[in-house]
Amino acid sequence: MSALSLLSSGEREHETFILNVGPQHPATHGVLRLKLTMDGEYITRAEPVCGYIHRMHEKMGENRTWAQFLPNTGRIDYLAAMAYGHAYVAAVERAAGIVVPARAEYIRVITSELNRISSHLVWFGAFLLDLGGFTPLLYAFDDREKILDLLEALTGSRLTYCYYRFGGVCNDVDDDFIRGTREFVAGMRPRMKMYRELVTDNIILRKRLIGIGHISAEMCRKYGATGPVIRGSGVAYDVRKNEPYSVYRDFDFDVPVFPEGDCMARYLVRMEEMVQSLRIVEQALDKLPGGPALTAGVPRVLKPAVGDYCFAVEAARGRFLVRIVSDGKEIPYRVRLRTPSFSNLSLFEEASQGMMLPDALALLGSLDLVIPDIDR
Amino acid sequence: MKTLLKEIGSGFHSLVTGMRITLGQFFKPQVTVHYPHESLKMAARFRGHIELVRDEQTGRAICFACKVCEKTCPSDCITVEGAKLEGAKKKSVTEFKLDFTKCSLCGSCVEACKSEAIRFSRAYNLASVNKDDYVMDLFKRLESEQPKPLQAQAEQPKEEAR
Amino acid sequence: MSIIEPFRLLLFLVGIMAFIGLNAAYLVWVERKGAARFQRRPGPTEVGYAGLLQPIADGIKLLSKQLHVPPGADGVLFRVAPLLVMIPAMIGLAVVPFSETLVARNTNVGLLMIFAFGSINVMAIMLSGWSSRNKYAIISAARIVSQDVAYEIPMLLVVITMLMVTGTMNLNEIVQQQAGWFWHWNLFRLDVNPLMPLTFFIFFVCMLAETNRAPFDMAEAESELVAGAFTEYAGMGFGVFFIAEYANIILGCAFATILFLGGWQSPFGVWSGVFWFLLKMYALVFTVIWVRWTFPRTQFYNLLNLSWKLLIPVSLFTLILTAVVMKVLKT
Repeated sequence: MSALSLLSSGEREHETFILNVGPQHPATHGVLRLKLTMDGEYITRAEPVCGYIHRMHEKMGENRTWAQFLPNTGRIDYLAAMAYGHAYVAAVERAAGIVVPARAEYIRVITSELNRISSHLVWFGAFLLDLGGFTPLLYAFDDREKILDLLEALTGSRLTYCYYRFGGVCNDVDDDFIRGTREFVAGMRPRMKMYRELVTDNIILRKRLIGIGHISAEMCRKYGATGPVIRGSGVAYDVRKNEPYSVYRDFDFDVPVFPEGDCMARYLVRMEEMVQSLRIVEQALDKLPGGPALTAGVPRVLKPAVGDYCFAVEAARGRFLVRIVSDGKEIPYRVRLRTPSFSNLSLFEEASQGMMLPDALALLGSLDLVIPDIDR
Repeated sequence: MKTLLKEIGSGFHSLVTGMRITLGQFFKPQVTVHYPHESLKMAARFRGHIELVRDEQTGRAICFACKVCEKTCPSDCITVEGAKLEGAKKKSVTEFKLDFTKCSLCGSCVEACKSEAIRFSRAYNLASVNKDDYVMDLFKRLESEQPKPLQAQAEQPKEEAR
Repeated sequence: MSIIEPFRLLLFLVGIMAFIGLNAAYLVWVERKGAARFQRRPGPTEVGYAGLLQPIADGIKLLSKQLHVPPGADGVLFRVAPLLVMIPAMIGLAVVPFSETLVARNTNVGLLMIFAFGSINVMAIMLSGWSSRNKYAIISAARIVSQDVAYEIPMLLVVITMLMVTGTMNLNEIVQQQAGWFWHWNLFRLDVNPLMPLTFFIFFVCMLAETNRAPFDMAEAESELVAGAFTEYAGMGFGVFFIAEYANIILGCAFATILFLGGWQSPFGVWSGVFWFLLKMYALVFTVIWVRWTFPRTQFYNLLNLSWKLLIPVSLFTLILTAVVMKVLKT
């Protein structure tokens, strides 16, 4: 029963009004403005207006040296800062021909996967907060605190890590970190079971998410949506499996894919991804080789060869691609950031037609947008 | 009809399970640390704002104002000036200002410094109502500190008094 | 009617207003502390010992705000709505027996009175949403009305079922019928209604929906419609709606205690009194708070579907079942 069918059947034009879900709103998780044209309870058109947090990262890339851009990578998507740093650092390493030691690659994988788990925990809490369940947010943040403490002891920061360097990582892991991570992985598995019992199996949540916000695989392809959005619509595309990078080939993990395409499918994809990330971290800890954590001899002022290089990673939200154009100088000619949230948001307009407002907000939550990722 | 009854049954069971879990959490201890009545010990590698390191032999700052940190900083927050003292081979630092309002704690300065003249402090109680408190004169701070033995400095978590 | 009766009544009404006021203030504290404990954090601790003065601080804050009437709003209705919303709670509590002797007015139609005045609540919220002249408020008020109307029906069906069991509308008599050990309480009387626990559960769910508590608080959903029907109310105007919500919860839990859990009767048959009534009532209030902080919100059409498609048929079924069982087994 959608408003569109009423309009198209030739009946009297319903009066529509514009509801502004403004840049300041608890449900948009950042400064995103949605201009909704509503027909009573149903949305006829949803126009996202972004740009409220455009901080010109790509322009800053043209005015800083290669190493000076590293802190920027942590601020584009602050929840998945490790993966974004990884993409940029690996692109520059590709350009300059720097070889990364095996230990550093394993450390990069461990920290990226821990960061993915912490990002999904934030998504989990915030999504449930939108739906009215206030308590799982606090439980998720309790688990996330353990990850943040581990990464703080390792890198020094809790959220915007500036940890990867050209040729490896800046601090080596010590035994405390390894022990702490193993304890965390062991403690996290019962917590995932608790989340399943408390939240995933809950009938109220299931009624709220199953069948809501259907996104077909075609729509995903049309708008370039990646990550859990496309994996929740049945397409098994994960950069770690389709275009393997770093040492992901060495690990045995599954990529969860659910064909239904509704909010519940995307929810289940992310919950399963957390479990799979735990598997990767465990295997990486077991296989962690010795050796240096940073290649010696990387010049302090890098001047990569002239050319056009790119590198894609699977960030928590989807496929993040960095394209750098070097003209042989110490300052990049161009740094292009292809962010997943921008593409994921663009399908909101088509997917939300004819939906009721709370369902549309549930759909927005299930897309897991981080607004600085959209605006850069 | 049967599926409806099954759905009602499993739905009710899920509600009861959820309530049992939250009641279990009700009796568990709090996770919160009651700051400011209690505080946490910062990790050894915690990135607070940078501070100058004192040379044990001479009692002065190790920094000799080579300005590499000033050039490496992406946000232009460091200002260093130095001058040669009487009979010294290298320059000595005379001014070292950090504009903490711009600092992103990236660590480029600490890594760029070859003589390990700057390090991260562990200061986190930095709230203030005055913006000028964040333009830190690190050289003055070093001068006003009592020289401490190097061992004790590394062990204690530094809580910067302001 | 003796000469001191009006004075006694006045004293009781003042007492009831004090009871409501104190409860509304300190239930806020209980809710915040309870929510905090469920979430493994401390809750308010700074204001007063263990945060006990927090509700007073909140009250002072609300009182200090200007009572702003938005331009274009219907002035009379806007100001009247908060007053109207307090009425059902006060009149309802006037007939509730706190103990055998502690009842303001023990009428023979006590049960009916609570329901007769309960509908004023719905009208008051509708007025507040309508008179605010704010599209969010109107959407929210319309939702609240349809929700409350939908859930009054199963509640009334359940109450009719209990009326058949008890045979009287006098609330004190209903409690006196449940004298003895706890298996005499109406909740355990499976001999007249084999589905009695289900009936109690339906009543509890309807009570949650009537008072707009989670998981049925779509109307006040903070994430979507700001504060719903009460968006335009500032300061103590909003405070009164808040107090009324807690007063309604108290009334609903008191009513459930009387109908199902034996009112002021003790579970051991002796030493009954107001203590047991308050204990049972507050246990139900704790359950209401527990439910709120555990579950997410239902979607609006699921809420209405639950009532019209599930609760009404089931409560009709229990009504007929009770009638049949009573007729067949009692003759």
